[in-house]
Amino acid sequence: MRPLPELTPENTAFWTGGAQGDLLIARCDDCNHAIHPPQLVCPKCWGTAVKSRAVPGTGTVYSFTVNHQPWAPGMAVPFALAVVDLDEAPGVRITAEVVNAPPETVHIGQRMRAVFHAVDDIWFPQWEPVQ
Amino acid sequence: MSMNAAITGVGMSDIGRKTGRPAMLHLVEAAKRALDSAGLTRADIDGICTYPGKADNSPGMSPLGTGEVRNALGLKTRWHGAIPDGPSQMAPIMVAAMAVATGQARHVLCFRALTESSSQTAAQRASIPGSGRARLGGWYSYLVPANAMSASNWAGWMATRYFHEFGMTREHLGMVATGQRAFARHNPASVMQAPLTMEDYLDARMISSPLGLFDCDVPIDGACVVIVSAADAAKDCARAPLTIEAMGAALESQETWDQRADLTTMGAHDACADLWSRTDMKPTDIDVLALYDGFSIFVPYWLEAFGFCGHGEAKDFIAEGHIGPGGRYPVNTGGGQLSGGRLHGFGLLHEACTQLWGEGGGRQVKDAKAAVCGMGGGFIAGSMLIRRD
Repeated sequence: MRPLPELTPENTAFWTGGAQGDLLIARCDDCNHAIHPPQLVCPKCWGTAVKSRAVPGTGTVYSFTVNHQPWAPGMAVPFALAVVDLDEAPGVRITAEVVNAPPETVHIGQRMRAVFHAVDDIWFPQWEPVQ
Repeated sequence: MSMNAAITGVGMSDIGRKTGRPAMLHLVEAAKRALDSAGLTRADIDGICTYPGKADNSPGMSPLGTGEVRNALGLKTRWHGAIPDGPSQMAPIMVAAMAVATGQARHVLCFRALTESSSQTAAQRASIPGSGRARLGGWYSYLVPANAMSASNWAGWMATRYFHEFGMTREHLGMVATGQRAFARHNPASVMQAPLTMEDYLDARMISSPLGLFDCDVPIDGACVVIVSAADAAKDCARAPLTIEAMGAALESQETWDQRADLTTMGAHDACADLWSRTDMKPTDIDVLALYDGFSIFVPYWLEAFGFCGHGEAKDFIAEGHIGPGGRYPVNTGGGQLSGGRLHGFGLLHEACTQLWGEGGGRQVKDAKAAVCGMGGGFIAGSMLIRRD
């Protein structure tokens, strides 16, 4: 069983936006800087008007790995983890499991879209190839 | 330009796998050996420092804190501390150097103790942060819950990108692993002694692509102690003082494993640039390299970070034989963590000191006078240059 993230004022939007089908990324209202991992303060301008806003939820694979080792009891292997450059959130990458595709087909430059996997009160983003 | 600080003694316990031996017994053995190496007694030690301090964030990761070691060894100190959030596992040695250079202490005992081999089970893996906990916070809460549980995953996607950009292959990393094993066969303290061929390396099971079993270091039980002394106090020690010429701890990117703009570089690149800005010495002055090898892929990153070759050139540098036995820039001459066991960088520094004292036996590098040590991977990095005058 995977451990879950602790919900905090910083990260609640990121981990629960999936309930509405949204990938929510923290953004500075003053300078528009995209902030990930989410913070209560903008690391660029130190503004505190940080809001979470939906992005399209699409992106491009920057890198990936295929995990073959069961690190916890019940972990089904192999599976791919993709590090994805997000569209419309410059400098932000989201790393997540790839679903609905054989792991060996994942490649750099591949287009992905976020889908969500709910466990308790957390909505994990996962990457699904754009057909 | 050097710091008024030197390494005067090192000691390592008899390390092993599944020893079942309490961490404190490993620690005492390492401490005695380090004091003997320096020609010091317990009464000379007036400082103690460790990384990360007592921590149970993964099984066997850090069973001993400064306080309990201080108590067990009956130390009276003028400086003590643990550094969980510093520039890599090297942080306590760096802080010790600053402590002796500023007169806070004369001889600081720096230690690292692990019982990851005995502590891990299938359900509670060593080095999986937060193993066994219901909810995670901190930087790894964006990785572990997303099923990116192991550092082998994080290093794996670094390697995938590096391979993609520069044409490195598994064979290049195999040369790192087999070369270090060739060194390990001359190091009786190394936990892996059997010969390792390229075929063995390539046939081993995949862990997290492109990293296979022999790209990963070996969890062990053991302890290592490094004694850092003030320059004037070091002169009275048994062995030639190893002066800390410079150290580097710069970090320009976030503390994450996936957000650095160019993941074909890592924190090491910032830390090493920082180091070279503090000395007139150059990479060509270096005889021995101690480079963090929690995963084999970190070795080419550190080679490039220190400037032994250019960005993207490490694969050729490795293939040309520069880093293995007989090479001009021998890396991890004791076998490294890949063959020697994971002492979190302390073992690598122990070996560099052994080389500079000319005590490397069958693996001794001729006329070794200067060494660099880099600890950490990903955003975690600390670098040091030590020399024997």
